[in-house]
Amino acid sequence: MEYSRAELMPGVYLSHLRCDKFKTACLSVTLLTQLRRETASMNALIPSVLRRGTARYGDLEQLAARLDELYGAAIEPVVRRVGEIHCVGFFASFAESACLPGGEELLTPVCELLAEMLLAPNTRGGLLLPQYVDSEKEKLLDVIRGRVNDKRSYAVQRCLEEMCCCEDYAVSRFGDEASCEAIHYKKLTRHYRELLRTCPMEFFYCGQAPLRRVKQALRDALSGLPRGELDLDIGTDLRMNALEEQPRYVEERLDVTQGKLVLGFRLGECMEDPDLAALYVFNAVFGSGPTSKLFLNVREKLSLCYYAGSILVIRKGLLLVSSGVAFENFGAARDEILAQLEAIRNGEITDEEMEWARRGVASDLRAMLDSPGELEGFWLAQALDGLDYGPEALAELVGEVTKEQVVAVAKSVVCDLIYFLRGREDGEAKEDEADDEN
Amino acid sequence: MTRIEYKEIGETLYSAQLPNGLELRVIPKKDFSTFYAVFATNYGGACRRFQVDGEDRDTPAGVAHYLEHKMFDLPGGDSALNILSANGADPNAFTSSGITCYYFQCTEGFEENLRMLLHFVSTPYFTDETVAKEQGIISQEIRMGEDNPGLAVYYHLLKLLYAHHPIRDRVAGTVESIREITAQTLYDCHRVFYAPSNMALCVEGDVDPDEIARIVTEALPPERAPIPKADFGEREGLLPVQAFQSEEMEVSAPQFLIGLKLPEGLRGEEALRLRLTATLTMRMLCGSSSPFFTRLYAEGLLNTDFDYEVDAAADTLTVIVGGESREPETVLARFRDACARAAAEGFEASYFERAKRASLGARLRGLEDFDNVCVSLVSGVFDGFCALDAFRLLAELEAGDCRRFAEEYLRPERMALSVITPKKAQV
Repeated sequence: MEYSRAELMPGVYLSHLRCDKFKTACLSVTLLTQLRRETASMNALIPSVLRRGTARYGDLEQLAARLDELYGAAIEPVVRRVGEIHCVGFFASFAESACLPGGEELLTPVCELLAEMLLAPNTRGGLLLPQYVDSEKEKLLDVIRGRVNDKRSYAVQRCLEEMCCCEDYAVSRFGDEASCEAIHYKKLTRHYRELLRTCPMEFFYCGQAPLRRVKQALRDALSGLPRGELDLDIGTDLRMNALEEQPRYVEERLDVTQGKLVLGFRLGECMEDPDLAALYVFNAVFGSGPTSKLFLNVREKLSLCYYAGSILVIRKGLLLVSSGVAFENFGAARDEILAQLEAIRNGEITDEEMEWARRGVASDLRAMLDSPGELEGFWLAQALDGLDYGPEALAELVGEVTKEQVVAVAKSVVCDLIYFLRGREDGEAKEDEADDEN
Repeated sequence: MTRIEYKEIGETLYSAQLPNGLELRVIPKKDFSTFYAVFATNYGGACRRFQVDGEDRDTPAGVAHYLEHKMFDLPGGDSALNILSANGADPNAFTSSGITCYYFQCTEGFEENLRMLLHFVSTPYFTDETVAKEQGIISQEIRMGEDNPGLAVYYHLLKLLYAHHPIRDRVAGTVESIREITAQTLYDCHRVFYAPSNMALCVEGDVDPDEIARIVTEALPPERAPIPKADFGEREGLLPVQAFQSEEMEVSAPQFLIGLKLPEGLRGEEALRLRLTATLTMRMLCGSSSPFFTRLYAEGLLNTDFDYEVDAAADTLTVIVGGESREPETVLARFRDACARAAAEGFEASYFERAKRASLGARLRGLEDFDNVCVSLVSGVFDGFCALDAFRLLAELEAGDCRRFAEEYLRPERMALSVITPKKAQV
């Protein structure tokens, strides 16, 4: 696997990973812009509207037919946020020619189609079609409203929202209902043109084609890309401290049978010079995976829940612990989670736990080398941070993380907010949970 | 081991049935860092009634899943989950209606991890205390499932379609049913269903197939036990029990599933061919490039989460279509029209060829995923076919096959609709 990077046009970069072992190649394009409440929904809406039809393939049916012809190539909208950088674009994947009956080469036609989606949408009078904008807007509203459907991720999002209430990170990658409802096709067209002109762009390719060919195919396909003055003022506001002296508490009631507890933390001063390897190992010791303290204690030892795990949001300097618990076990679970963090701060980590954590993290990083989709996410984050080492090099660093480094991370972590999603009328505990610990 | 080369997709499969009856499959993969192994038994949530020592047994809902949780306990108090994780592997397990799979992925120490997988899955160790303790965890898992609208709409659909087949019931059982489970229940079910003759192992990674066969032979008991047969009751007809059901839950928009039964109990290449025909027909009828989907999408009646699948489990085969829609009934009516048209007119040759191409591309993409490949292979073993033959059979399918499928199976009176609607009058 060989990584290289090239600037295709001003502010347009290609990360190229030459790799012969996959049957499917992937190519992504990401526009980078600042995450803001006023524009988040518009940013999120743009790839979906562009995906409705291009100048040549005017509607979904024609576009889908073209993709079918390209052996079911997929080009899907992607909306994510890396810290407070809003990343919107497309992810394409398509068969390598060696696996196709006629040995057809799909790189060039896929680059063309991707660029056409990006640069030449179906318009009338230079404006995005109102029916496409309205229809995608309705769908985006459904997504925004639908976040309540999955209670586990809903609770995590709500915790983030409350914790970061004074920061842009409170805005979800899809924006909020009000600003989405206000989107108008003319305004969206202006915003789209503005993004095309001013956004830095990241392309990522992983597959069998050499750098030269990918560069050429993309340069040809992107010849119509307008480049104005680039908006390079994008980045993330990293806050080290909790908002208040004591962790805030937010409770919400919905019609659910299981409670969802989420503890939100700031990673704290260790983010002044973040050490990715140490953060990953800390997270594995604390709450990620079956050898973590949370899994072994909150779940296995005390049987308080089916899941209790921690999630790192490194680019925003956050740590979240999420758990599904019976309503009446809220206090016990919260105390145990905090007690486990305290234990790490006190250096109560065995050599074995350190070894398990290092091995687990290193293994996950090495396994990433076999997944084009994960590689794409990894390299995008690296590109944003201006780093050029791969998962393997990071795995090496992970192997050297010491217990002291892990303790230092734990000491730096500050609890900011505790969120609890509970039933409308809990309190009348369900009859069966009372005897759980027998 | 028998070596079969699948030239068109660049894979080589090694197969063997060991003297103890275990079906072994190995796909060597050079240049990959990841190793993957799945050890599966042909025993799932629906296998509740069976015969043991000439006697009929009826077990509570949720045993297979409970057993899956408790299999990780080793004599002496160790947990295989911890041992494997501590060794850098990523272990897990799942139980479906038809099968239970234990698997891990790792990048080093593969053989050691494989020995551990074989050891813990073939070493039952349960005490009344450890079994009782698990109730707290599993009860929370069941509760979590009860709040999940996706599961609710799915199980409602199965109850609409199936009159008595045990796939109607949740794999994990209920908080009540799992209280009846004791250490003895688990021992009995393990003895019957976890004999190598009822199991399959599949490995993918940079390995030597003969070496794998040697390790497996060494690690597992040599006796060949009789193959158990779960009793799913009498075959059901193709008509649903009831055509419609709806329930309110805490969701933002209606979630729906349309379902249709296909014949039960098919095995071998015939089973695989029917699944492929069904999947390709569904792709043409309602896949992302179908006129049905693109039009309903443009009209705002469907979203990108709309999907279809042909679901095989515990001898049953079910076509399921659904997602989110403001008007599930309208979607059903339009789906019926699309099916009727396909049955009457068939599919255009060019449309059919395009769909086949797209299906090939999607299947190639599926090959990147070790767990997808290995789990399909073991499931195929239990249903008497080789999942990699799908590529050859797909190439052989003709437009007429899909038309006949639509005509024979996609009939309006056989469809059922399950809907979850948002709660009314919410704060």
